[in-house]
Amino acid sequence: MEAKVEDRPAMTVEQPAEPKETDDAAPAALGELKIKATDVNLWYGEKQALFDVNLEVFGQSVTALIGPSGCGKSTFLRCLNRMNDVIDICKVKGDIRLDGEDIYAPEVDPVQLRARVGMVFQKPNPFPKSIYENVAYAPRLHGLCATKAQMDEVVETSLIKAGLWEEVKDRLDAPGTGLSGGQQQRLCIARAISVNPEVLLMDEPCSALDPIATATIETLIDELKENLCIAIVTHSMQQAARVSQRTAFFHLGKLVEVNDTSTIFTNPSDQRTQDYVTGRFG
Amino acid sequence: MSSLTILAILIGAGVLAYFIGRMRSIQTCGGQQQNLHSRPSYHGYYLAILTALPAIILLAVWGIAERPLTRYVAMQELPAKVLQGSDAEKALTMSVVDTIAEGLPQLSPEEYEVLRKARYGFVTTSDARDVLARHGVVLGSDPDRSLLAAADELASRAEPAGSRCRSACFALAALGFVWGYSRIRPELRARNIVERVMRGGLFLASTVAVLTTVGIVLSVLFETIHFFQFVSPFDFLFGTVWDPRFATVGKAEGQFGLLPLLWGTLFISAVALLVAVPVGLFAAIYMSEYAGSKVRAFAKPVLEILAGIPTIVYGFFALSVFGPLLRDLGFNIGLEISASSVLTAGIVMGVMIIPFVSSLSDDIINAVPQSLREGSYGLGATQSETIKKVILPAALPGIVGAVLLAASRAIGETMIVVLAAGIAANLTLNPLEPVTTITVKIVSQLTGDLEFNSPQTLVAFALGLTLFIITLALNVYALYIVRKYREQYE
Repeated sequence: MEAKVEDRPAMTVEQPAEPKETDDAAPAALGELKIKATDVNLWYGEKQALFDVNLEVFGQSVTALIGPSGCGKSTFLRCLNRMNDVIDICKVKGDIRLDGEDIYAPEVDPVQLRARVGMVFQKPNPFPKSIYENVAYAPRLHGLCATKAQMDEVVETSLIKAGLWEEVKDRLDAPGTGLSGGQQQRLCIARAISVNPEVLLMDEPCSALDPIATATIETLIDELKENLCIAIVTHSMQQAARVSQRTAFFHLGKLVEVNDTSTIFTNPSDQRTQDYVTGRFG
Repeated sequence: MSSLTILAILIGAGVLAYFIGRMRSIQTCGGQQQNLHSRPSYHGYYLAILTALPAIILLAVWGIAERPLTRYVAMQELPAKVLQGSDAEKALTMSVVDTIAEGLPQLSPEEYEVLRKARYGFVTTSDARDVLARHGVVLGSDPDRSLLAAADELASRAEPAGSRCRSACFALAALGFVWGYSRIRPELRARNIVERVMRGGLFLASTVAVLTTVGIVLSVLFETIHFFQFVSPFDFLFGTVWDPRFATVGKAEGQFGLLPLLWGTLFISAVALLVAVPVGLFAAIYMSEYAGSKVRAFAKPVLEILAGIPTIVYGFFALSVFGPLLRDLGFNIGLEISASSVLTAGIVMGVMIIPFVSSLSDDIINAVPQSLREGSYGLGATQSETIKKVILPAALPGIVGAVLLAASRAIGETMIVVLAAGIAANLTLNPLEPVTTITVKIVSQLTGDLEFNSPQTLVAFALGLTLFIITLALNVYALYIVRKYREQYE
């Protein structure tokens, strides 16, 4: 049973073309393999939080991680940009490759990795600086812009991509913390894409937002995926169904099932997935 | 029966009333407690309050008013010459009267009779003195007849007045108990009444602190106004020479220029901040951002112990170790450093306030939400970039507030500067020379023989008020900044 579950993602990779014949829409949207996680185990102190997780994340698409609270989906997401390194007692074992390169190899600097793998958090967390400075923060750190004009352009492009430009272009000097919740979250997205990351990790980006702001962000995610590989943790199954092409279901620290979103929601192969997506627990 | 005994009895009665009230309330509802408006214990408190509180208040009022009243009555027996004399003379006479009156209850009836006779002139007053001496009441000379009369009045009035008060207290307690008891019924809103009384008690407690502050400020203010009747405020605030002379030289002969003292205070505080702010701030950054939980658990309390060292001990240290060390060090490199100098006092004071800066800054840095750190790390910022570009700017207002609080500590600090800064009121820019501070001069003007009518003594109050205004302004400003900062994340 367990073995069968763990095999599943591997099968999907080996035969990416096969589902294409049976299912026309979703698999066609997938880009190249971006992240491949193999046998990831994770401990917080003595407590093991992830058990042998195997998952692929593809480019130009959205992968949703769903599951009940405490199932390890956020923890797994934070492994992908080594955000868990910040926590002293956290220990990660296993192999995670970004474009075939082991991100936990000793020669990889997590700081550089995080510039390639951006992150948007559950609660909007703009810095207590101006809107402009919030977006300019990372490009300035990484020395991406030599002149003020270039920086202005980066800030504008990022804000346009995040769908916030029209609302804030007249008040770029206003504090970022003064925006509404949904605007703050889009500001955080603009901040994250200002350094052109290859992957964007989103940890329940809409859980603190109202339905209208959520709809705006979902539209945004749909647009961003054209050039990005996105992994999103969400509690809302409707959201997973709306924005993602592939869905992974986590339960008790284990990856139960991963497949095309439509398959997961209509014809899951595992009973637990079935129970969760139909609302019988979680 | 002393007032303390009465108080104990009243409290005992209150406790008893609590249990009776409880029982009574359960009785009135026939054991159906859900029919009671308030829980039985509230009925207990209600009855206890009614029994004990009015009686205790009466006792307190009596305790405050008794002595002045009976003394006033007894004083009327004294000859007009004494009554029209100065306050000091009256106080002196009355203290003799008090002494005699305290001895009176110990006399036997025969001895008391001797005293009565002496009072009305049948025997000499020296007989009365002998009688009193036998009971340990030693008088310097034969007492005047009027003194005996006053003492007799005092003693004879105090006793019945005391017993009347006693009866009144007990009567009031009994009355309160009976009335309260008769009112206990299920629908009595005992909880509301008890809580109102409790709220009054809490309010009183908080008033004490406020009133004390007001009292201190007012007393200092009045003495300061008194001082300004000798010396003009302009000369005090803008005078550059501090030379108060001695009270015996003549009134208002000295010069009371505040500026040298103010300058000394600010100069030393500035040196102290130069030491404390970098060290304290860096320590705080290390503790909150870099130190592991084990190091932090050990180092933070240790650093805070620094704040618990009495400042006089810092004073010793400055005087006996650090001052001479600095002087010798200066000698070796060809600098002439006085053993008590701005530098000595400033550096030691800086060490003293390190814990204030570091502990407050540490709390403030910790209050910066973790999500901001993660946001910054998530963008590929290093830890030091995150601290410099996100955390410190976010925490800056709070840190400024912490520094201001530390500064007001430094300005008000006394013992270190008394021992280490010197007493010469120099107006100098050279940190190697001794200066003196406002606090040092307050100490030196108020020690030794005092005459509270001379500007030499009263200037201490003016200095105290100046210091109070400076530190108050700093504290208010610091709290304003800290509060404004707190609101940012809430």
